Amino acid sequence: MMDFSYARPADLAAAGAALAAGGMALGGGTGLLDLAKLGVARPVAVVDLTRLPGLDAIQVSETEARIGALVKMSRLAAHPAMRAALPAVGQALLASASPQIRNMATIGGNLLQRTRCAYFRDAAVGSCNRRNPGSGCAAVGGVTRGHALLGVSPHCIATHPGDLAVALVAFDAVVETWSPNGQRLLSVHDFFLLPGATPGQEFALAPGEIVTGLRIPLAPVARQARYVKLRDRASYEFAAASLAAGMSLGVDGRIADLRLALGGVATIPWRARSVEAALIGEHPTPAAIAAAAALAMREAEPQPDNRHKLALVPALIERTLTDMVGEPA
Amino acid sequence: MSPLDAPVKRGGAGDGLPVLGAALARLDGVAKLEGSARFALDQPVEGLAHAVLLRATIAAGRVTRIDAAAAEAAPGVLAVLTPDNTAPLAAASSWTGAPPAQPQYRPLDAEIFHHGQQIAAVVAETLEQAQEAARLILVDYEAVPAITGLDDPRAGDGDPIDMLSKSWGDAAAALDKAAVRLTLEYRTPREFNMPIEPHGLIAQWDGEELTLWEPSQWLDGMARTYAEWFGLRFDQVRIVSPYIGGGFGSKALALPHGAVAAMAARQLGRPVKLALTRSQTFTGLGGRPATRQVLEIGATAGGRLLAIRQRGWNETSMNAVSVEPLGSVTGLMYALPNFDSRQNVVPVHTVQPGAKRAPGENPSAFGLESAIDELAHAVGQDPLALRLLNDAEHDHSSGKPWSTRKLREALAAGAVAFGWDRRDPMPRSMRDGHLLIGWGMAAGTYPVRRTAGEALVGILADGSVEVASSTADMGTGAHTILAQTAAEALGLPVERVQVRLGDSRLPRAPVTGGSQMAGLMTGAVHKAALAAREVLIGLALSDPRSPLRGTGANTLRLEGGMLVAPDGTAYDVSAVLKATGRERVEALRDTLAENRLKPEDHYRNFTTVSTMRAPTDGDYSMHSWCAHFVEVAVDEALQTIRLRRVVSAFDSGRLYNPKLAASQWKGGIVMGIGQALLEEGLVDHRHARLMNDNLGDYLLPTNADIPEIEVIDVGEPDPHASALGGKAVGELGIVGVAPAIANALFHATGKRLRSLPLTGQRLAEAG
Repeated sequence: MMDFSYARPADLAAAGAALAAGGMALGGGTGLLDLAKLGVARPVAVVDLTRLPGLDAIQVSETEARIGALVKMSRLAAHPAMRAALPAVGQALLASASPQIRNMATIGGNLLQRTRCAYFRDAAVGSCNRRNPGSGCAAVGGVTRGHALLGVSPHCIATHPGDLAVALVAFDAVVETWSPNGQRLLSVHDFFLLPGATPGQEFALAPGEIVTGLRIPLAPVARQARYVKLRDRASYEFAAASLAAGMSLGVDGRIADLRLALGGVATIPWRARSVEAALIGEHPTPAAIAAAAALAMREAEPQPDNRHKLALVPALIERTLTDMVGEPA
Repeated sequence: MSPLDAPVKRGGAGDGLPVLGAALARLDGVAKLEGSARFALDQPVEGLAHAVLLRATIAAGRVTRIDAAAAEAAPGVLAVLTPDNTAPLAAASSWTGAPPAQPQYRPLDAEIFHHGQQIAAVVAETLEQAQEAARLILVDYEAVPAITGLDDPRAGDGDPIDMLSKSWGDAAAALDKAAVRLTLEYRTPREFNMPIEPHGLIAQWDGEELTLWEPSQWLDGMARTYAEWFGLRFDQVRIVSPYIGGGFGSKALALPHGAVAAMAARQLGRPVKLALTRSQTFTGLGGRPATRQVLEIGATAGGRLLAIRQRGWNETSMNAVSVEPLGSVTGLMYALPNFDSRQNVVPVHTVQPGAKRAPGENPSAFGLESAIDELAHAVGQDPLALRLLNDAEHDHSSGKPWSTRKLREALAAGAVAFGWDRRDPMPRSMRDGHLLIGWGMAAGTYPVRRTAGEALVGILADGSVEVASSTADMGTGAHTILAQTAAEALGLPVERVQVRLGDSRLPRAPVTGGSQMAGLMTGAVHKAALAAREVLIGLALSDPRSPLRGTGANTLRLEGGMLVAPDGTAYDVSAVLKATGRERVEALRDTLAENRLKPEDHYRNFTTVSTMRAPTDGDYSMHSWCAHFVEVAVDEALQTIRLRRVVSAFDSGRLYNPKLAASQWKGGIVMGIGQALLEEGLVDHRHARLMNDNLGDYLLPTNADIPEIEVIDVGEPDPHASALGGKAVGELGIVGVAPAIANALFHATGKRLRSLPLTGQRLAEAG
């Protein structure tokens, strides 16, 4: 029997104290239970956050969506106002996992999900800098067709597995957290940490700090955004590559705003800023789109068995933007 | 008449029969939907202890030390079994009945042949205690470099399997003279069976009697193995397997984890439950081994086949020879005057491969039916026309006539339903927006295998009927068709028949595999039912207490539960049984004689495959046939391949239940789609270690991957194939699916992928 204590705090202060003391946060359980069964997570204390009050609301105004951390993935995916204001979020959620998992998993937990790297997920593999800092990376040189090409370091090439987070990065979401020092608003761009020399530190959270919700600015570009996910299996598979994209055109027909973020190919949800910069202010001609899309993987560092993604990602951007130009909202 | 005008018969080949041949839903379906069906591992057993396995983390070498002190001291732990503290079992003979090579068998062995091999087991009061204790075991190894697969240079060319060599004519000479000659290499990866019900068992000893609740496709064969391992008589082992949650060939043999559970139960004097985890399902037993085959095809400029020379290789484990016969279909499908086929097996550090749906025929057809498509393209012919041109009027491998072969009819019916005549033959010619559309086809076949069966049919005083046999129902519908068979023979509604299967104490049955179960067991049940009817009629005519004795009749009919005399006098069965003081009449019958066996062959027939008759044993060559037509949509830029529709036509002879046969065909097609597009064991070649040992990463198709599937029945009863006219169903559906999809992919893109699975990545890498 793996013995652990279980606490179900009724307020944030108690939850924060329990987490600061080394507890592991439990939301829907789809991540923690999975990793505990694999022996990768070895909780001594489990802190069930699901009874914390006030964290399960969805509020959508003209300018902003606010989503509580305890909202289930399935509920947010089906929320009519969200679907209208930022369709990419619902599309990303519905492309994730399975209905059973989406019915259990929380938005806060989804933001904190761990990589699917098989070398990370096997506790018997000694070398994993993410699990055992300084132990090395067993993935390099192994089976890496699903591993990252962007944001990699010599210490870790594990892919960020999320879909929702890709949409959040595209639309500059803000993560709300609580700690004894009070509430903090943290740009999603600062929330996910590149592996660098410290792959074990994946999120910019202090011990005991709790993700309480999300705020997503609802810019006009969000309204016609979309999320496209590519994979061999039509459902229930992590992305070979995915794209959250939003584009708005000015009255002059030039691209006024453009948001592009990539999933399945990077160590964190990856904003394709070089592609955006090349196109903003330009007419969305096929040639301009193709030239800009080619920039997406310029910084890529492929493994021998994932080089096919060097062409896949630009093709995904090019196709999606071309489709959006052809089907204006 | 054009070949495409061949007559097509739709609907069940059993149409017109009142009971057998009716499209009845599965009798066990409601219990499974409700969750009330109790599977083997659900069996409540008093005093159960729980065992978990510890696996090797190297692929080759030796365990030098196991430190189990901490595990043994952990809460709830009853025993830790290791190579050091367990005595060897007696080795068992093989499934063919061949005696073992060595006298002893160690299910926990210090010598390591593959990554994930079981090396120790922990037994505890609860599953969680056993799992936690297993984590505390420390293992030291002496590792040596592993041979990781067919492509490992150290693997070499392997060992020839002479039994698989086939040759007729002069293939070398014919190839030299052929106007068209292609040399093509095809590969299939390591594939795994992955039933949703895990492998596992509950083992309980009562003195020298061993009871095993274990899902089994072959109760008698597994009971024999356990008996030999533990030095018991066959009748001291009882296996109970009420239902099976999927097997696909993987639940027919006793496996190493079963030996460990039975050892632990004996040592502890307590019943022990052991279920493999999903990850252990990838390492505790093998699926289809990786294969490679090179086909040299010679043809006339007009596309008539002259010769095929085939060289095949399949991987096997370091400690056993498993064969995936790549020449099963190659010389059979077409009129082939010259043929030469040889095969090697190549030992590598992997778990011993097993049988996965249509072992042999499946990868064999992937090679041949892809190559035929390549030949059609090379000679500028339609692939359907080329197949008809090369149709075989008889079996060239045996020289015997076909019993029945409705392959032309299947090709015609499939082509019409699919609309094949609207296909533009040019690759890359059919489009839908960004998508390249491809239409492909392939044929398939599966042999009629025959073993004798045994069944008991009882007619009870309440007018109901009981059928009993140790055969297994894998969800394919054995309960249902055997109830239909008995009802048909006894003139009763099927609701009056109770079928008891899945207990080795019941009358014997051979392996439920090789698509033989339906044909042989309907024959046995039919025979036993007719015999029981004769017993009943004899009783009614001769027993002084029988109300029908006074009619003076010398014969009676059994109709709708009534015994009817020629003069119209009728009594129901229960009245006759009550009057004669009987609770039941019954008959136990086997079909050994029909299979040309003697009573002394009884045990061997049911516990080994040594008496299984080849499809050419007799005056005919007997096979089922099918043709698949598929449409794929390919987004080249986005490296995405999806199926749009499947139309398949089948000749499985007479169908005992068209609904269940269609379900089996469709299941085979679904599995074939997974094989074609998704399934592949990914091996880290530094460590000979499987990296995708879970259902998130080893990709089986989801509903979203499966398009509409239309199946068409073109069969007719085959009097030579089985007692009641059916041929193979279950394994047939998958054969030919993968090449049909590969051929469609070529038609869509002009790119020929010869390695499964056909992924977007491979398509992109093909340039």
